[in-house]
Amino acid sequence: MDVWSSLMDGFATALTPMNFLYAVIGVVLGTAVGVLPGLGPAMTVALLLPVTYALEPTSAFIMFAGIYYGGMYGGSTTSILLNTPGESSSVVTAIEGNKMAKAGRAAQALATAAIGSFVAGTIGTALLAVCAPIVVKFAVSLGAPSYFAIMVLALLAVTAVLGSSRLRGFASLGLGLAIGLVGMDSVTGQRRLTFGQPLLADGLDIVVVAVAIFAVGEALWVAAHLRRTPLHAIPVGQPWMGKSDWKRSWKPWLRGTAFGFPFGALPAGGAEIPTFLSYVTEKRLSKHPEEFGKGAIEGVAGPEAANNAAAAGTLTPMLALGLPTNATAAVMLAAFTSYGIQPGPQLFESQGPLVWALIASLFIGNTLLLLINLPLAPMWAKLLQLPRPYLYAGILFFATLGAYSVNLQAFDLVILLVLGALGFMMRRFGLPVLPLILGVILGPRIEGQLRKTLQLSAGDPAGLLGEPIAVGIYVIIGLILLWPFAYKMFRRNRPERRPLIPANSGAADYSD
Amino acid sequence: MTSLTTGLKGRSELGVALLLGAAGVLVFLDANGLATPYSKSDPVGPKTVPFIVAGMLVVCAVLLALNVLRGGKGEAEGGEDVDLTHPADWKTVLPLAGAFILNILLIDWAGWVISGTVLFWGSVLALGSRRYVRDGLISVALSLLTFYGFYLGLGIALPAGLLEGIL
Repeated sequence: MDVWSSLMDGFATALTPMNFLYAVIGVVLGTAVGVLPGLGPAMTVALLLPVTYALEPTSAFIMFAGIYYGGMYGGSTTSILLNTPGESSSVVTAIEGNKMAKAGRAAQALATAAIGSFVAGTIGTALLAVCAPIVVKFAVSLGAPSYFAIMVLALLAVTAVLGSSRLRGFASLGLGLAIGLVGMDSVTGQRRLTFGQPLLADGLDIVVVAVAIFAVGEALWVAAHLRRTPLHAIPVGQPWMGKSDWKRSWKPWLRGTAFGFPFGALPAGGAEIPTFLSYVTEKRLSKHPEEFGKGAIEGVAGPEAANNAAAAGTLTPMLALGLPTNATAAVMLAAFTSYGIQPGPQLFESQGPLVWALIASLFIGNTLLLLINLPLAPMWAKLLQLPRPYLYAGILFFATLGAYSVNLQAFDLVILLVLGALGFMMRRFGLPVLPLILGVILGPRIEGQLRKTLQLSAGDPAGLLGEPIAVGIYVIIGLILLWPFAYKMFRRNRPERRPLIPANSGAADYSD
Repeated sequence: MTSLTTGLKGRSELGVALLLGAAGVLVFLDANGLATPYSKSDPVGPKTVPFIVAGMLVVCAVLLALNVLRGGKGEAEGGEDVDLTHPADWKTVLPLAGAFILNILLIDWAGWVISGTVLFWGSVLALGSRRYVRDGLISVALSLLTFYGFYLGLGIALPAGLLEGIL
């Protein structure tokens, strides 16, 4: 079946009245929760997971599509009106967006963000529909050695490339892999890290882990450092754009999309790099460079488009390879597996109609977002005024509810608290959360591929290099890992040294 | 003041290294205790990956400890409602954790409506709201709404507990 007819079938499924209703509910819920300060898209999806449990998979995924884009859009509203962004990917939007809002141009900032998200989301989803089957065609020819290598690459790339400290990234990854080990070994049935506790034999439920790290950890962390005087949210009316705003926005939208999609689709993608690149590019190309830093509309239009295109790009490896590359995709993957659906190349074969319905509803959700959110923007802005005690008590309340409703076991809540404390500690000491979540999700699958590979080669480690793609990927992994050391060696030859001891401790200053 | 507090803060991060090391040792001991006959169909066995993970955790622990002793510091995470200028406020966090634990203890026996009310009410109070009556009413309403919402809307029966028969 070709892409076009599959996609049309997808639209036919997604546009039945009930499924359309779920898409609307998804967009509204996703935006509402995403707008709330402190709630990023990943947490939004994690918290809303239980709502989809009662639905059949197709409807559930249609709702997810809405929640996914809704959560993204909600985040940008928060960063424009409140200035301090919750997600690293909307940091750049906040720079110019909040300046615009302060200058009384909040309506235009929100409008260019919303329309730019729509443009980028639509183009991104179209690229997803075209690219995913190609990736699948390529992926079905890969065997266990290549899969093993690709997954290792994704884990190491996310850990080593993103975040400020690689060491802390690897520490987080190690903890995640250890959490992923808990439970019955899939090959021999041996119990690992269960400490004789029968409830641990099935492993830790990934939904519980995600909710604990994202929601409980975040709520406890914010509670410890709660701003006593909440930030002032800028009131806003109906978003609209004048003629000159359109003229200045459309090129940044398209350029932002071009930055966003490829980066989102890469194993170490994420939205930080493309949003930043887009910002720098717009600043250089703008006819009004003097406005940058004071609220230039190009600086909102470009990064927002890049952000949303990256969100669509992320879904390509997620659906085609079963490889999540950001936190939101990781949580969505968890949702897929809780339905007994394993994303990967076989998914397009075995669950074709479902996948295409999901892609179709991404288009629908994206359009709904524009239609619903432009008129509702003033109402979303009011959500920012929600008293903080209610907000964070509510996060704990719904996190508990969500985690408990998975298995109806109080034991899961104990795990929720313990891992929530871990999430708190990680935020306190700057351990990134993403490597842990990916470690939990990918760890068991990497082990599976490793054992399959060596089983085929009868225990000979050379089997790991059995496919040319795998060899190529190991070369890339080697480059990623060795690059900083090479860089350091280069730097070491220069006479530049920082004092080893804090300046005011009375010791001599070694810098020269 | 700054040199003392930064010194202490630097040292508290050693706890993270300790935790990583302990986790590594735990994973190693657990895997080491597995009895596995060699099998041709599974040459890797259930021990290999835990050993790798354990090694990684221990190496990270050592490197992190060295990093901290040399003055390295993890950057605390910011956010919309996060004000990092004041130190962690344990008077908020501990009661919050208390409300959470109370919910765990109560949920199976007293039921979600009661335990959920305790959780939300306790959390709101811990977070500094002082409108006791309004908060209480909101807590009860939220718990009841979610109870019936999950039962009627999603077909998930949360425990009714003590209120069995009334709800």
